[in-house]
Amino acid sequence: MPDKPDRNAIEVVKVSKIFGSGEGQVAALDTVSVSIRENEFFTLLGPSGCGKTTLLRLIAGFDFPTAGEILLYGQDIAPLPPFKRPVNTVFQSYALFPHMTVADNIGFGLEMLGKPKAQIKARVAEMLKLVKMEALAGRRTSQISGGQQQRVALARALAPQPKVLLLDEPLSALDYKLRKEMQIELKRLQHETGITFIFVTHDQEEALTMSDRIAVMSSGKILQVGSPWDIYDKPAERFVADFIGETNFLTAAISGVGNGKARATLKSGTTIDATVAEGFQPKDNATVVVRPEHAKLTKAKGDLAGLVENIVYFGTDTHIHVRLDSGEAFTVRQQNSRSAGCGFEQGDKVGISIGNDAAQVLKD
Amino acid sequence: MADNFSIKHQPGFTAIAATCFVVLYLPIIVLVVYAFNAASSTSEWGGFSLKWFQSAWQNTQVIDATLRSFQIGSIAAVLATIFATMAALATTRTAPYPGLTFKYAAINQPLMVPEIVTGVALLIFFSRIKIFTGYSGIGYLVAAHTAFCIPFAYLPIRARLENMDLTLERAAADLYATPWKTFRRITLPLLWPGVLAGLMLAFVISLDDVVITEFVKSGGQDTLPTYMLGQIRRGITPEINAISTAFLLLSVAIVTLFFFVSRKQD
Amino acid sequence: MATAEEVAKAAERRDVRDRWLLSAPALLVIFLAATGPLLIVLVYSFLTPGPYGDVKWQFSPEAWLSVFMERDIFDDTLSVAAAHVTIFLRSIKLAVVTTLATLALGFPTAYFMATRSEKTRDLWLFLITIPFWTNLLIRTFAVLQIIRNEGIINAILLKLGIVSAPVQILYTDTAILIGMAYVYLPLMVLPIYASMEKLDFRLVEAGYDLYATRFKVLRKIIFPLVKPGVIAGSILVFIPALGAYVTPSVLGGGKNMMLSNLIELQFGQGRNWPLGSALSIAVMIIVMVALLAYVRNAGKSGVRHG
Repeated sequence: MPDKPDRNAIEVVKVSKIFGSGEGQVAALDTVSVSIRENEFFTLLGPSGCGKTTLLRLIAGFDFPTAGEILLYGQDIAPLPPFKRPVNTVFQSYALFPHMTVADNIGFGLEMLGKPKAQIKARVAEMLKLVKMEALAGRRTSQISGGQQQRVALARALAPQPKVLLLDEPLSALDYKLRKEMQIELKRLQHETGITFIFVTHDQEEALTMSDRIAVMSSGKILQVGSPWDIYDKPAERFVADFIGETNFLTAAISGVGNGKARATLKSGTTIDATVAEGFQPKDNATVVVRPEHAKLTKAKGDLAGLVENIVYFGTDTHIHVRLDSGEAFTVRQQNSRSAGCGFEQGDKVGISIGNDAAQVLKD
Repeated sequence: MADNFSIKHQPGFTAIAATCFVVLYLPIIVLVVYAFNAASSTSEWGGFSLKWFQSAWQNTQVIDATLRSFQIGSIAAVLATIFATMAALATTRTAPYPGLTFKYAAINQPLMVPEIVTGVALLIFFSRIKIFTGYSGIGYLVAAHTAFCIPFAYLPIRARLENMDLTLERAAADLYATPWKTFRRITLPLLWPGVLAGLMLAFVISLDDVVITEFVKSGGQDTLPTYMLGQIRRGITPEINAISTAFLLLSVAIVTLFFFVSRKQD
Repeated sequence: MATAEEVAKAAERRDVRDRWLLSAPALLVIFLAATGPLLIVLVYSFLTPGPYGDVKWQFSPEAWLSVFMERDIFDDTLSVAAAHVTIFLRSIKLAVVTTLATLALGFPTAYFMATRSEKTRDLWLFLITIPFWTNLLIRTFAVLQIIRNEGIINAILLKLGIVSAPVQILYTDTAILIGMAYVYLPLMVLPIYASMEKLDFRLVEAGYDLYATRFKVLRKIIFPLVKPGVIAGSILVFIPALGAYVTPSVLGGGKNMMLSNLIELQFGQGRNWPLGSALSIAVMIIVMVALLAYVRNAGKSGVRHG
């Protein structure tokens, strides 16, 4: 996605949210700052309790920050109650009004805004078409399936054409196949409507699939903001590296730091090239991360040496767990071919070669 | 395992329970039966007759008292339900805040005081006001009934409110509904069964009241229960059986309705 | 521009204010027509009785003294007012016995109801609720009809030849007791049932598994777990029973006075409003002591009340 000179839809400026007081107080958010551009699909990613839902609620207006500002296109929206913010939410539990039909639910926001009946009717029809629910317009929301409810919740939030759409783990209740379908749907909707989506999830695979940019959060702080590639390939911190995908951690002696690169000497004795996060000055010893798919297993010698401990078959690929001579554990990921096996067996002595540009020095 | 050992069986409990249920209903059944007794004795059966119902129907005092009961009951029930709904909204689904326990205790206070004490208190208080204002109409009874009906209306409303998903109202606010619109379009419709249950409860409680009404009323302001009390004190007539039976039917009807409404909540 | 903290605090203040406004009408009505007047009663108990009822605004401790004492009209000495003390003791005794009786009958009944199948349980609940909502007066009247000399019980006893003359049940303390137990039984059953319904019978199963007898299971497992319900039921019976008016009036006749009748007398023929007030406050004090015991006990067994 090329960098567009878009405005910032949402700016979170040094926002903190503290619950309780005195000894027992908990900082759900700790001086968090992030800018979300308009027309982007932005994801807040992190484990439960990291503060992502709290941040979403602050943007929606269901709670007030203890410190800091939240700007919507440059305007401070913190003093505005939720019904005055041009921001709509898709709730995790969908929160569909049980005593109204699907059509009434979708039209609710427009009704509250005082739009004329004809306009509401037209827009509701438009929305039903958008989420492919035309047939169920007259049904009570308690009579439709979970996946259908999810789409109604989406349509309801999109109908009033908000400036920003907030989605609070909307896919978590769906089964795997449905979830995958909805991920594609959501991406398509965001493109078509051009509305800024702020998506909250704990599923890193989901985040990588759908987002233009991701903010990885933990314990009330934002650890890294970047595109899915940046986050995956160049994790800034140990938590990010660990949380996203699978990673191998190797201790190494660092030398020759410069220009975003460094030389890392591994325990096995080999030295490889590694990238360094911007602005980070690594010490003499640091942790280097290598993704399992960026390493190759060979019967000959490689950058590392070890014994095959375990082989796990995954359908699309195979994970081969190796115990290195240095004692560390290392996983290699190999794509499966239809005809042959992975070529290795438990107990085999193997070498591992690490690709160029595959290692990153971690900011510990 | 040994033959059909039921972990739930306790010796004698079922017998006692059965006896209790029988004993609970027996006097009432006897009363109803004798309301249709042609003879005026309560131990001999003289044949089936509706004459006691007829005489009660023609008794102007009975009609007068009944109308007054309904009048006070409906006004008090409606007022109590409105106030109780507001109070329930104020005291539920919130983190504890200063004054919450006080409010909760204050709302339930009428339940904690024996009726005789409240009756005495209101007798004194209202007599003072009577001297002051000269007013001695039905207002005192309505006020007294509203007061002790509030905690009864409050209970089912609060219960229903607590079980309501707060997210629904958040969703409404998110979709541009002002607090008033949220209440009218989302909260109230979903709360309605509880409000209805509270209304019915309050009405029954008001109809049933004897003690407080007895102390607060001025002469000639009988409600049905106070009229009946006066009659019973004077002597037993089968007419009272007939009135009681009619009253009973009404109570049963309302309770049955109440059960239906409460069940529909799910 | 307001800071985030100020905005948050202002919103909170608005919320608290709104909640006070919402609860205001209810609180006002209750204060004017229920709680407030109690204070007036307290004031009245320290005044002098007027010649035709009501009071003279003159301080006098006589009312409070008259609660348990009486003054000799000749030499002004105080001695214990036997009549009043008797009434107090009778009322407390009857209230306690009623509570125990309803407990003895109500506990098995609640247990029975709670151990029925899910479907039948609602039916039994319905059956218990109907008497509960039936007018107290009607139910007392029903009892009256049965126990009076010309009533069914005596008719059966006479016909079966067990007695030769009708047994005087009506207008005795026993009549009042029967009446109150009958009238307040549902009040005991319902809270106990509420507790029992939540009882996890797997705990009972565990008890039996560990060699307990039926009685031990009842005593050591079931009873402690439903204690909150038992206590609630006891309070719900004791308080009305102590201040009972209708049942003693109808079934006790004029002779077996309970506290409520004594109090009523002061506002009628007795023309001693301050004494009536003092007696009412005395009843309140007994009730509050009982309530405090309940709260203390409930707190101990870890029951949260809100």
